[in-house]
Amino acid sequence: MSGVPIRLAAAAKTFRRGTQTTEALTPIDIEIAPGEFFAVVGPSGCGKSTLLKMVAGLVPATSGEIAIAGGTVRKPVTDLGIVFQSPVLLDWRTVLGNVLVQLELRGLDAASYEPAARRLLDAVGLKGFEDRYPFELSGGMRQRAAIVRALIHDPPVLLMDEPFGALDALTREQLRLDLEALWLAKRKTVVFITHSIDEAVLLADRVAVMSPRPGKIDRLLTIDLPRPRGVTARQLPGFTKVVDDVTNLFLERGVLQTTGKLSLA
Amino acid sequence: MARIRSVAQPLLLALAVLVLWEAAVRLFDVPNYLLPAPTAILADLARRWPRILGGAWITGLEILGGFGMAVVISLPLATGIAFSAWMARTIYPLIVAFQVVPKIAIAPIFVIWFGIGWISKLTLVFLLCFFPMLVNNVAGFRGINPEIMDFARSTGANSWRLFWRIRLPSALPSIFTGLRIGAVNAVTGAVVAEFIASDRGLGYLLLEYNGNLLASAVFATVFVLSAIGLSIYYAVEGIERLAIPWHTAQRQSEKVGEQT
Repeated sequence: MSGVPIRLAAAAKTFRRGTQTTEALTPIDIEIAPGEFFAVVGPSGCGKSTLLKMVAGLVPATSGEIAIAGGTVRKPVTDLGIVFQSPVLLDWRTVLGNVLVQLELRGLDAASYEPAARRLLDAVGLKGFEDRYPFELSGGMRQRAAIVRALIHDPPVLLMDEPFGALDALTREQLRLDLEALWLAKRKTVVFITHSIDEAVLLADRVAVMSPRPGKIDRLLTIDLPRPRGVTARQLPGFTKVVDDVTNLFLERGVLQTTGKLSLA
Repeated sequence: MARIRSVAQPLLLALAVLVLWEAAVRLFDVPNYLLPAPTAILADLARRWPRILGGAWITGLEILGGFGMAVVISLPLATGIAFSAWMARTIYPLIVAFQVVPKIAIAPIFVIWFGIGWISKLTLVFLLCFFPMLVNNVAGFRGINPEIMDFARSTGANSWRLFWRIRLPSALPSIFTGLRIGAVNAVTGAVVAEFIASDRGLGYLLLEYNGNLLASAVFATVFVLSAIGLSIYYAVEGIERLAIPWHTAQRQSEKVGEQT
């Protein structure tokens, strides 16, 4: 199924601990178009994961409204796929079993999805590993299996919370390329959380740059680079400019500092 | 090859210790009532076999009975505690508090309550198994990765499916840890219960042999007791291998990783 719109209207989150309240996210307004690849980039602790969980209905918004395909989010949304930073596969199931559990939990006939699961696993380079257990796989392969699990029920929305954050640079690059190809083929609405400026700019149609304490969207950038961006988009002037803009914004906000504070003397 | 070695090496070491033991006893002429030689123990075991076997049957049943009761009661109770906030608030703190009561200290009262028959034995074995099992079961259910639960909630699965497909399998490694601790405790529980008051079983035999300074008979009985304990322990481990191969396999591969 191709993408549906996601709308956040003054969606905010405050955490209450005893008498103390922490403003995790100031009211946020975003309209994500159907089939858009939307990236959120920001430093640790800026509330970007909380934002994703609010969209998924896993964490309730304190105020404001979130709607997916026009329907207000009030409980965990089931019409989506989620990928986390760690693959969170079930240790006791094979790769294929881990993909099919998505359907079993939904009460669907898992067996009828098996050919589709095998095709998707093949597409992400896991052919021949269908019957292996997670502990037998590398980190990159586990994350590929997790991505297939998030796609097998063909949801219109894909939520990804730093999905490549725990991978080595080369695997990360490969998975980024694979994800772009998958997205181009299916045109799902993707919300992609990352702290890599590069990754956000290379993948997304729009990038929301967040800053911390309190978490807010500092700037919303439209990335107007041709697709598929592949490996060559890094050389385009447009890419360099956007990355510079975001880097400068982080410098202004003190998220990055040109002269390191640490003296190693 | 590695498998053969992992069995053979400890066996060889045990054999070497036995040979040294035998040699030392003969060389220094240690009196039998202090430390009998392994061959003397073996001879005694053969001579008293019918009686020791009869005792082993009784004690074995006490162990299995108490252990089984602990499994049957601790699992549903732990499930309740893990998934009901009300039970976690009310029952669990009491159970944790009761856990620190030395069960062996209150065991004599069981004799007053239940007599010297089966029930007082089963009660002590049960109590010694129950607490480590319950605590490990609860920890297993609670220790689930929160992101796995986030994923599971995003599927809209009902509690029944969540329990059988996610929560129970992920708790199994911890549940088996409790079972293994319980298997060891059960043997201690049965013998101690028989020490306190009994007219049969291996614990009773031990007291009788010890009272008559029959050291080799005492050792023979301890040997049989250990054999019972070991078989239960390995039975649990065998079931664990069958039930959660992914977990034991993971442990094996970690071990290999440590060696290289």
